[in-house]
Amino acid sequence: MTPSVLAGLTGAALVGFGLYGLILHPHPLRKLLAFNLMGSGVFLVFGIVARRGAVAGSRFDPVPQAMVITGIVVAFAASAIAVALILRLSAESSHVTLDPEVWTKPNDGTTK
Amino acid sequence: MSLLPILDVVLASLVIGVAIFTISARELFASVVGYVAYGLLLAFVWIRLYAPDVALTEAAVGSGVTGVLLITAGKRLGALKNAAPEAQPGFAFKLLTAVLAALVASALGAVILMLPDPPPSLAPEAAAAADGAGAGLGNPITAVLMSYRSLDTMLEKIVLILAVVGVWSVGADKAWGKAPAPLRQQKPYAPMVFLAQMLAPVGALIAIHIFWTGANAPGGAFQGGALLAAMWMVTMMARLADPPRIDSQWLRLALVAGPAVFLISGLAGAVVAGAFFAYPPSLAKPIILFIEAFMVLSIAAALPMLVAGPPSERPD
Repeated sequence: MTPSVLAGLTGAALVGFGLYGLILHPHPLRKLLAFNLMGSGVFLVFGIVARRGAVAGSRFDPVPQAMVITGIVVAFAASAIAVALILRLSAESSHVTLDPEVWTKPNDGTTK
Repeated sequence: MSLLPILDVVLASLVIGVAIFTISARELFASVVGYVAYGLLLAFVWIRLYAPDVALTEAAVGSGVTGVLLITAGKRLGALKNAAPEAQPGFAFKLLTAVLAALVASALGAVILMLPDPPPSLAPEAAAAADGAGAGLGNPITAVLMSYRSLDTMLEKIVLILAVVGVWSVGADKAWGKAPAPLRQQKPYAPMVFLAQMLAPVGALIAIHIFWTGANAPGGAFQGGALLAAMWMVTMMARLADPPRIDSQWLRLALVAGPAVFLISGLAGAVVAGAFFAYPPSLAKPIILFIEAFMVLSIAAALPMLVAGPPSERPD
């Protein structure tokens, strides 16, 4: 098994674990973390496309690699917006959750 | 040579092991620490894929700055002290999710094992385009980012500004124009202050070196900018500097400088060299370095602002 295939399969496994955490974790920040894990798995799968695209004179295809670099920065920007939304949501209500049922329940008076 | 395949397997199992820890850890803080370690290990995988530029970006942005963002967010959430009791999902739901995740992962794995042969590649095209512009850049990644796919890179800078605008917009109306809350509420420890005082000048120098060397060797505007951003965040964590007011002119100028210079150079290329984002061959390398210098400035301003979050009503 070549290093690139191994890295690709690692990426596939990471997508699986990320998806599992994204669905199951009730805490929104944990969901965000799992989503980032999933994203890095996708980047890794794309990375082996870059490695396989190697032609004479170069060990990799620079185009997918450049796109992964752009992707990492955009993923961070999106995470920052998600964090800001989560913090504001929690500050405005008494719940740190995305569960819609919690929101429809009558308020127990602990909120401001 | 027989050692490398073993190292690859060990590295892959370490990455997966730390990923599992990140998902399964009980505490948010432990999970974030796991994620930072995971990002650093992933950087080694990228090096094994002959992608040192991606490795640098993953280590700096993917693991470092994202880690600071999540730890800061966790602390601010903890300060709210109103976490609702978390409902744990049932066993059947867990099993179903596990099956779904396994299915997706195996489908992806199958695709990877069945990738077309010979593989498609844009490398010759990219090399031709980079040479055609006479860029004279030794680093093919920088050539792609700044010449072959320069429009993508510029739009990505605009995405960063949009993200900053998005984060600022989430703040309360009354707080508009004020500074974001400090990254650290308590008085910092003396070792933290010492670290920031020692590290920041050295780190800033290394950041500029990484940007400058990026034309010919692994490195570049993203990596250098992220490192510079990290140094600013270290000084903010030590409370040597507090986040600036979001209505300050210099901050907004620094944020838009990168994309603005990039766009103006692109438009100038349309007049001088005959195509949008074309550079005159004899001047390509100086122009690219000039644009990149402003990109470093914008990245170094945008990343800490994204971490610092929306403006806060309290000055402290």
